Amino acid sequence: MGSTNSTLSKIPNVEELMQETGFTPAHIVRLYDRFEALDKEKTGHLRPQDFGAINRLAMNPIGDRIIGAFFSPGQETVDFHSFVRILAHFRPADKKRPKDPSMPEPVNSRTSKLKFAFQLYDQDKDGKISRAELLQVLRSMLEMQVTEEQLESIADRTIQEADLDKDDAISFEEFRKSLEKVNIDHKMSIRFLR
Amino acid sequence: MQGQKGQVNAMLLLGVYFTLYIQSFSYIPHSTGFSIIFNVLYLKISDYATNSVIYLCCSSLLFPGLIQREGGSMEQEMGELRRYRTQSISRGEFALSDSFYFYRKGLESIVDDQVTQRFSSEELVSWNLLTRTNHNFHYISLRLTVIWGLGVIIRYCVLFPLRITLAIIGISWLVIGTTLVGFLPNRRVKNWLSELVHLMCYRICARGLSATIQYHNKNNKPQKGGICVANHTSPIDIVILANDGCYAMVGQSHSGLMGVIQRSMVRSCPHVWFERSEMRDRHAVTSRLRAHVAAKRNLPILIFPEGTCINNTSVMMFKKGSFEIGGTIYPVAIKYDPRFGDAFWNSAKYNMVSYLLRMMTSWAIVVNVWYLPPMTRQEGEDATKFANRVKSAIAHQGGLLDMAWDGSLKRDKVKEEFKEHQQKMYSSMVVGKKARNSQEPHTESSKS
Repeated sequence: MGSTNSTLSKIPNVEELMQETGFTPAHIVRLYDRFEALDKEKTGHLRPQDFGAINRLAMNPIGDRIIGAFFSPGQETVDFHSFVRILAHFRPADKKRPKDPSMPEPVNSRTSKLKFAFQLYDQDKDGKISRAELLQVLRSMLEMQVTEEQLESIADRTIQEADLDKDDAISFEEFRKSLEKVNIDHKMSIRFLR
Repeated sequence: MQGQKGQVNAMLLLGVYFTLYIQSFSYIPHSTGFSIIFNVLYLKISDYATNSVIYLCCSSLLFPGLIQREGGSMEQEMGELRRYRTQSISRGEFALSDSFYFYRKGLESIVDDQVTQRFSSEELVSWNLLTRTNHNFHYISLRLTVIWGLGVIIRYCVLFPLRITLAIIGISWLVIGTTLVGFLPNRRVKNWLSELVHLMCYRICARGLSATIQYHNKNNKPQKGGICVANHTSPIDIVILANDGCYAMVGQSHSGLMGVIQRSMVRSCPHVWFERSEMRDRHAVTSRLRAHVAAKRNLPILIFPEGTCINNTSVMMFKKGSFEIGGTIYPVAIKYDPRFGDAFWNSAKYNMVSYLLRMMTSWAIVVNVWYLPPMTRQEGEDATKFANRVKSAIAHQGGLLDMAWDGSLKRDKVKEEFKEHQQKMYSSMVVGKKARNSQEPHTESSKS
């Protein structure tokens, strides 16, 4: 109640943001503090370099891709709203939410999370993960540790397994099908302690 | 509720008045016993007062971490992710879900990470009436604001001028005294006098900061010809340590006021000041320090191996240079009490002058200093391992977290090696051992 009001009032359209993403006021405040901490020059926007300053992220093999997910094509900065919207994908799913077909899919549902993961593979956003795109991700995750042939054979095998309509690419439906047994909510969620 | 609040606010006021008394008493030299009793009393009362008022009123920021983290290793997590697959993992394959592990880790670090945390001030459980430590500032009640206002007046108008005067006296006496002593011929008298001058100046400076220091295990105090290493939180560390003994300082020679102080200090007893160009040549630095240590009559050198200021909740990686010099290492752990004032120097946020001003307008600086038993490098132990051993001892004694991260990460980016390490770990899960992979028949069409 009282403790978060002053910070919340600093954020424009915060009600809308909470409605859209489902974060509680306390979470929004914590994320805002984090946003400000990352925005060292106090411009109100984050640039890729600000993300790059996070050491654990720089250490992550696909760190660049994750940073890229925050920036829409053509945009060079991220404001607080976009920052929160992307992070909302990783909010744990609301178990009690009734399935209302008329309402838009919540941002942290299983489908939305899978879509987000799909987009991280599918960089050119054509709706399919091509062999080249898959190879790119594999290369980032494995770099010097395996040979090019091994990478290619892994990519081939993966596409073979998942590709049901034999078009040599993985569509979103095929992606979803191949991961239907994975507990997405558990593995793609970040739980706040408070 | 009202009555309780009133009672507690009265306690707060009492606590504030007590600080005043303690401040005045601490200006009496050599009355350390007296001031300790008052300090303990003050601690107890203000602790109770602030805890009850603030805890009742605001929800403070308690948690050191923001999010729940899975404790599992990369292998464990990947294994869980792949459990759905019908083939066994031992074939070592790639699964589309593998990347989820990295996504999550990446996003977790965006929301909260351990390293960036260390370079900003520690958050307190209850507010100590200093706006600078209140990260979640909001208006609670008129009474609290009035008390806070009173606190501001006391700190800025009463305590601050007293402290500034003392600081000026201390520094000028340091310069004058050491220069005077420098004129004496090299004899035991000179050394004794120089020690006296140094001690007196540092004690005055410590009063100027209202520092209450408690030394533990004085029998382990650094001896002549040794090297003293300590964890670094702020430039005040030097004043804190020098209050109890004389050290030879090591550092860069500056110009301006610092340069004047440095040059006059060297006149009375040898310190080791390096030119900026010399600092880059590690070999030259090491040999000069070695020469200093070898002369057994020289004062112990004071070194801060972290290389930069950390926020006093953890100890970061020790640079191995100081541990290659040889000689006996005397570790010292310094822990500031954050309730009375935040001693951490965030050099990115504040420059030296504004930092000192903040120090002089806090309530007090309460420090615990532990002298640890001396350590020497053992047979077959390299400098890095030795540095880590000393670091663990200091962290353990001071109740700080022992972290392997490098303090220079404040400014520099993480090295490529860390990323490669992650890649290596992952590749062992995908490709498996080399033998396994070569056995698999390549029946599918190979690269186009």
